[in-house]
Amino acid sequence: MPQSLEALVADFEAGKSAALARAVSIVENHRAGYDELMTRLHPHIGRAQRLGITGPPGAGKSTVTNLIVQSLRQEGHTVGVIAVDPTSPFTGGALLGDRVRMESVALDPGVYIRSMATRGSLGGLSARTAEVADVLDAFGFDRIIIETVGVGQTELDIARTADTTVVVLVPESGDSIQTLKAGVMEIADIFVVNKGDRPGADRLRNDIELMLGLRRGSAGGVPAHHGVQLKTFNPIRIAREAARAEDPERWTPPVLGTIASRGEGIDLLLAAVARHFRYLEMSGALKGRRRIRLRNQVAEVVAERVRNRLWDDPETNVWLDAQLDLLESGAATPFSVADELLRRSGPLLTGVDA
Amino acid sequence: MRPIRVLVAKPGLDGHDRGAKVVAAALRDAGMEVIYTGLHQTPEMIATAAIQEDVDVVGLSILSGAHMTLIPRVLDLLRADGRDDILVTGGGIIPREDMDALEARGTGRLFGPGTPTSELVDYIHDWFEARESQTA
Repeated sequence: MPQSLEALVADFEAGKSAALARAVSIVENHRAGYDELMTRLHPHIGRAQRLGITGPPGAGKSTVTNLIVQSLRQEGHTVGVIAVDPTSPFTGGALLGDRVRMESVALDPGVYIRSMATRGSLGGLSARTAEVADVLDAFGFDRIIIETVGVGQTELDIARTADTTVVVLVPESGDSIQTLKAGVMEIADIFVVNKGDRPGADRLRNDIELMLGLRRGSAGGVPAHHGVQLKTFNPIRIAREAARAEDPERWTPPVLGTIASRGEGIDLLLAAVARHFRYLEMSGALKGRRRIRLRNQVAEVVAERVRNRLWDDPETNVWLDAQLDLLESGAATPFSVADELLRRSGPLLTGVDA
Repeated sequence: MRPIRVLVAKPGLDGHDRGAKVVAAALRDAGMEVIYTGLHQTPEMIATAAIQEDVDVVGLSILSGAHMTLIPRVLDLLRADGRDDILVTGGGIIPREDMDALEARGTGRLFGPGTPTSELVDYIHDWFEARESQTA
């Protein structure tokens, strides 16, 4: 290990914020020494509870995050926040503005906030976000919050690297059909309807609960609509009651109302997060999720190493260029060349990193 | 190459953030990752954010006249945490002699009203390239 990396790890273990920030940068950019650093930190990973917060732009995610951080601090927990905002696909630049809403915790030494840009999905962004969360975990934070805009598959993947995913919606988020659409609605462990003082908030909560109730299969055998006993066949009621129950077998997402600008409803949200984590522990889902995370990490590392080892190798590139005539004439196909390339690259791929 | 990370902040009590927003948008459009922290930041908040975000550059916008107090304080706080490698630059209503004094104290270039945004972009790009070629 180079001297500078050794010094960094020493400062990191001493709890210095600047060292943590440097470590995050090394991991975010996969800079030289990144894998050694992750290897050193690995034994310290796995203690933090990870909370993902996602939802459409303007739903109040940063404000909700800020309130959660404040409450967690009052309970005595240390908190690391990763705030992800999109990179412009046109210029590669990004404006990361989530700190604006987190001013009240800006100077708290028990809070670390890091803004990340999506930088396009190439190269496993969600994997890198998970690795940055690992770094914060190793640093010793009790809680890690990953906040991201819920648009696009990568962003959903980022939120899903958390133990508990909160989807924040607002009454303007759309009518009942929107709530049935795939994607953001399916990843939620907890729904929050923020800006609950605006018209349509109760209706949106009802729509989501109806969808959840139907998903639980409560509609089975229910006559179309006439003569339905709403006391026994009310999907909304079923979803609501299931969400309150401490069922170790099955989690039904609660749908909570908040008015984040006034701090209302955050206590219920935190209680739901704690309850979900208990469910994860009781059901064994936590272990399962973390095992999947480790598995995904290995797959990402393999993909990156294969890519780097093959395409950073001058000889492989020369060999491939030499195949172009055969490809052009039709004597070889891209698939036969790919197979041959893999066959001849055995020693290269299994070699140990220099 | 990785994008340049810049913190754009407004220290002090004046509420004129149009300039800071124009600069933040221009740097973003030039391909940089801009962390915008908004109004009324104390030097402590700015230094803490710069360190947590591991930025390359801090850009300060001051129109209140308090630049001789606030800018050196940010410099000192960054130095105290061993981050004297971060470029502290900025602009606002700052008299020429104050600019000279601040630059002598260790800030980068400071810019006055009317500066084309392309000038800041070029300045930051050149500074970054020079630093990277030094460390490489």
